[in-house]
Amino acid sequence: MRKAVSIILLAVVGYYLFNVFLNMPFGEKREGVGKYYLENTLDETGAVNTVTAIVVSYRGFDTLGEVTVLFLAATGLGAILFDKRGKKRRHQYASLIVRVTSNMLYPMIVLLGAYVFVHGHLTPGGGFQGGSIIATGVLLMFMSYRKFEANHTALSVIESLAGLTFVTVGLGGLIYGSSFLYNYLPLGQPGDLISAGVIPIIYIAVGFKVGAELSGVLDTMLKTIR
Amino acid sequence: MLYYIGAISLILIGIYTVLTKKNLIKIVIGLSIMDSGINLLFISIGYVKNATAPIFSNASLTADKMVDPVPQALVLTAIVIGLATTAVALALVIRLYDHHKTLNINKIRQLKW
Repeated sequence: MRKAVSIILLAVVGYYLFNVFLNMPFGEKREGVGKYYLENTLDETGAVNTVTAIVVSYRGFDTLGEVTVLFLAATGLGAILFDKRGKKRRHQYASLIVRVTSNMLYPMIVLLGAYVFVHGHLTPGGGFQGGSIIATGVLLMFMSYRKFEANHTALSVIESLAGLTFVTVGLGGLIYGSSFLYNYLPLGQPGDLISAGVIPIIYIAVGFKVGAELSGVLDTMLKTIR
Repeated sequence: MLYYIGAISLILIGIYTVLTKKNLIKIVIGLSIMDSGINLLFISIGYVKNATAPIFSNASLTADKMVDPVPQALVLTAIVIGLATTAVALALVIRLYDHHKTLNINKIRQLKW
């Protein structure tokens, strides 16, 4: 009965969705805001990667909101899973091979994450992606060593400092420019590591923040396993 | 066109999973599948034939040979929010399991439909 109702519902939803997209052109050139961004990004922001320029510069306020949502999720997760008994992670016995390999891989994963968010304005990648890569490295260490503890004070200090950097740099735009998150630093030569004004600074801050938050989330979730 | 069909199929599979499965973890997986479907749909709307990624990594690339960057920026946001919601949903599942000692929504009286 439940399955029949669900399938009828799905048929109705699917029919209308397909109908909408049947008339939507696929793979054709588009006019509008995307075209404007592609043609003017290099002159206006100096960032080679247009997606980064949109995320950090044109829609920077949106990204600030997104970072806030992520912070709220991490805080809410901690609040939901909060337990008065000081819990340790369950004893996990990873084999020697796993431990040695993750010892060697961990610095490289962190380095790759840092590379991805430092070069966010030049290559595919950025703060969110780099932060996630760093969190996967931390997860690998959590899985291999039961004694590997996250220092929650340090994590929240990193998180707060990164958030403060984002807001301070954004407020600087109000002082030296015309609007919040205005790109007031020199744009430099497009393609250089130090170019595109405030974009790399903000994206590095976002990278630190996302890495710290996701590591905290992983630690909180792993501590609930009994 | 195939991308639209695939993306909409993913969304429908996600809705079906959420509606019919009884295990809470499977419902969260269904939400996640729906999320991926929506992201794929957005990216395929921005696709342009024979175009490259919107990154001016060398001088020979011009703006008229690039895909639309706006859906990509939106999906970047959507992926992060999807991750956050999945984490919170899993945390709620853990709490429900602690309370009721089961993941079956039929046995948790308040969640029956």
